[in-house]
Amino acid sequence: MEFAQVATIAGKEFWDRIRNRWVLAVALVFTAFALSIAYFGAAQQGSVGFRSIEVTIASLVSLVIYLVPLIALVLGFDAIVGERERGSLDLLLSMPITRFELLLGKYLGLAAALAFSTVAGFGLVGMVLAAQLDLNALFHYFGFMLSSVLLGCAFLSLAVMVSVFAADRTRASGLAIALWFFFVLIFDLLLLGALVVTGGQTGGEIFPYLLLANPADVFRILNIFSLEDVRTLYGLATVFPPALARPELLGAVMFAWIALPLAIAAWKFRK
Amino acid sequence: MADTSPARTEPQAAVIVARGVKKHYGAIRAVDGVDLEVGAGELFGLIGHNGAGKSTMFKMMLGLIPASEGEIRIDGALVTGAGNGKAGDFRAVRRRVGYLPENVVLYDNLTGLETLHFFAKLKGVPPSGAPALLDRVGLAQAARRRVREYSKGMRQRLGFAQALLGNPRILFLDEPTTGLDPEAIRSFYAILRQLKSEGVTTVITSHILAEIQERVDRLAIMTAGKVQACGTVQALREQMDLPLWFSVRVAPQDFEAVRAALGHLPVGAVEARDDHIAVQCRREAKMAVIEALATLDGKVRDLTVREPSLEDVFFGFSD
Repeated sequence: MEFAQVATIAGKEFWDRIRNRWVLAVALVFTAFALSIAYFGAAQQGSVGFRSIEVTIASLVSLVIYLVPLIALVLGFDAIVGERERGSLDLLLSMPITRFELLLGKYLGLAAALAFSTVAGFGLVGMVLAAQLDLNALFHYFGFMLSSVLLGCAFLSLAVMVSVFAADRTRASGLAIALWFFFVLIFDLLLLGALVVTGGQTGGEIFPYLLLANPADVFRILNIFSLEDVRTLYGLATVFPPALARPELLGAVMFAWIALPLAIAAWKFRK
Repeated sequence: MADTSPARTEPQAAVIVARGVKKHYGAIRAVDGVDLEVGAGELFGLIGHNGAGKSTMFKMMLGLIPASEGEIRIDGALVTGAGNGKAGDFRAVRRRVGYLPENVVLYDNLTGLETLHFFAKLKGVPPSGAPALLDRVGLAQAARRRVREYSKGMRQRLGFAQALLGNPRILFLDEPTTGLDPEAIRSFYAILRQLKSEGVTTVITSHILAEIQERVDRLAIMTAGKVQACGTVQALREQMDLPLWFSVRVAPQDFEAVRAALGHLPVGAVEARDDHIAVQCRREAKMAVIEALATLDGKVRDLTVREPSLEDVFFGFSD
């Protein structure tokens, strides 16, 4: 593999998103939401202002679980199928570049844009809050930002896989939205439904492992288990055994969620 | 299928060799047993109806899609066929190849110069040559304009400049003059002539047969995935044995004299029109017709011989 080829493709994808202000727009969205949650999250209880990092992160986790996967899927769904449909894929592939290098370059460039906007958006809020946070809180906030980037990368990997399999952009966008619905809205409901229907008698022991089959849940557990105060707020997370909640293990699962769809995409794209 | 080129135009050293190439999509035979050789420095045309298999053949020659059967070699390196897959070979081959796809699509958000820089990086050639290339295709003034502001013809010229990056030894040009105005077409073929003189091999497809008939060294006519004929335009004319047309300009009162002079010759249709007579004859009767007309003592004011066009030849083979 020639890394220069990967870097050329990745650089173009990244700078395209900088130039068309995609990165700026997403960063501003994250900043605006994070600031609103940090300062006005408790408005329904009749108070405003920053309360605690635990509550802020817990609220941000709920926001990120909806927003980041959606942004990542929208960002990546036409990475390959878009080039194919526009007619520029053949020209790219006629260059001295392998299909894997092209795919990896596309992914890394888009992932860099997503990571940059995520870190910039939430980082700005972190800087605003920094004066009110101790080192431990900053560590948790940094962990939240890092896991948000990983969540985005996992869904971006799924989006790139979709873009390789889909016959056209319309189908790719439909598949991407279906994935978002499945992982963000339906997956947990299905698990809970299965538990309720069986009265908790069937599948209870594999339930925690099934949560690992959803990167959104892995992200939630990563953030919830690191915060004592909010762990009890989440019903799903409380049934998760602490032995499985180790950050390094969950981080590895998240990396698997990045690598596996990308590997499947590379396999399909080579054919 | 026999190559009908005269010996003097046979390629000396084949840089593109296709042997028994087939590409099947299920029951559809997009390319069905093509053998081709294109020599170093040749300007080779590939013509055919839409769906004849030209673009599929192009894609296989570029290694974009694998062949179902057979093999293609570029400069001796296997591009598609059994044993394909040595990454080093494929990179070396592609650095020697330039490709302009049909209806080239470039990136609207980049300028012309940035476009060439991007593709130069991918090709592994210094981007410093980009301004000169833009100048060569007549886009120097638009180098810093975004591609979205380019006309179709300008995009096509930028695509051509992209194909010329890194001084390729082999060019694959798919409908390269689409959207170009007559001046740009002339300038495009002037560049091709210059490249030919430098030993660059070019394979070109075009639907505008009149445009390429005087410009290619040899061509192949494809129909239904097969090469029906291959050779120089003249050789294909002779192989097809299509009739010639004489246009004999005479005064209307001399029409009968012309008919009488040609009466004993094996000519086809003789049609009187305004101030001339159109005479169709077989190639072997050509000199006899000229001699017969020469006996008419100054009654013939002008004489034009029209060879069958490439279009006539094409339809002759493809029908």
